[in-house]
Amino acid sequence: MLYTNLKHLESAADHQKAISENENVMVICGRMGPMCIPVYGIAEELENEFTHVKFYDMEFDNPESHVIRNLPEVRGFMGIPFTIYYKNGKVVKATSSIQTRDQVKTILSREFAASVTA
Amino acid sequence: METKRHYDAIVIGAGPAGLTAGIYLSRAKLKTLILNEGITGGQLILTHEIANYPGVENISGYQLSNIMMKQAKTFGCEIRSSIDILDMELQKKVKTITLSDQTEYTADSVILTPGGRSRTLNVPGEDQFRGRGVSYCATCDGDFFTGKEIVVIGGGNSALEESVSLTMYASKVTIVHQFDHFQAFEHAVEEAQANPKIHFIMESVITGFYGNESIESVGIKNLRSGRTTNFKTHGVFVFIGYLPNTEFIRDKVELNNRGEIVVKHDMSTNIEGVYAAGDSIAKHFRQITTAVGDGTIAALAASSYVHGLKAKQKHLITT
Repeated sequence: MLYTNLKHLESAADHQKAISENENVMVICGRMGPMCIPVYGIAEELENEFTHVKFYDMEFDNPESHVIRNLPEVRGFMGIPFTIYYKNGKVVKATSSIQTRDQVKTILSREFAASVTA
Repeated sequence: METKRHYDAIVIGAGPAGLTAGIYLSRAKLKTLILNEGITGGQLILTHEIANYPGVENISGYQLSNIMMKQAKTFGCEIRSSIDILDMELQKKVKTITLSDQTEYTADSVILTPGGRSRTLNVPGEDQFRGRGVSYCATCDGDFFTGKEIVVIGGGNSALEESVSLTMYASKVTIVHQFDHFQAFEHAVEEAQANPKIHFIMESVITGFYGNESIESVGIKNLRSGRTTNFKTHGVFVFIGYLPNTEFIRDKVELNNRGEIVVKHDMSTNIEGVYAAGDSIAKHFRQITTAVGDGTIAALAASSYVHGLKAKQKHLITT
């Protein structure tokens, strides 16, 4: 169980629903570990700034996370979390391991360009 | 946006030292603000399980930092996270902190608790292969290397202890260390040396990370011979210590040659009204408990300083 303040994706069906019903989606697939927790924290803090993006997490050890772990975009990834950015249901960016707030913000701004709430 | 607000004390950083300072200052009825560039909890949230925090049998760093944060807020402490500090004026009696969004905060006292971060190697390929074979966390990524040969870089306790834990997954672990001896405790060295899966390359440094989709090899330079060889590996774990997050105060307070803030016994710096605590100060032991202790001392000293200022002002008004 991921005890973050993000919305959780518990199943492949949840995942499909999230990416099909929302234009801009970020999913962080990880564990409650040192490389993952900072990324959840960054996402939690950016939720208020990037209101046009839906933020979710998904537990890496949940078998249903195969929808993330088997993406072609994560081939070669050997560090959690796997963070996937979807636009209109398609993967537009994927990162492996810990990211800084600036790195996440840069991706969100570039891939989900829209007016950002100051 | 341009606003200006005055506080009795501003704490820079929200790790265990900063949150503790926030708890003590706000409980002393001082108007307190914590400004934090990173995630609330600092390095504390990176600790998976804490078993040696007195009074708490077992807790995750994430949970402990959440409790500390709530405790500070309960006493009235304000916390602003994910901010960018543009400038600080600490020399004057009234300290000024300006954020990148032009918000300006002033305070009678400032406590610096910026903490530290994992040191990186800064050699070619490190960024490119981070998460693609280069890792800084054995418990997070160890299982990606089941049955594979990996390299661990470092010679301290973390490097030696994590090498042993990585042998649960990897078929072979090669420790690369720049000196001819380890800095780790003797028991950690003995345990690693007794493990048949662990091999050692001493007096050597990494010169680069190479591969395509993921890492395939590293360059290892022998410091005695000067010869560099290409060493095949599936993964590299880096455990080479911490760096203090003090670049932003380099010209503001006295730092030592390692970039750590120099403090006196009451956590005061060379600037009047400015204190420091936690992993960023010059000290030998860095634990959550020591950060909490430093934060307490800094807050009590700052509290005394601010109350002294208030008493002087009151005296001037009445005479």
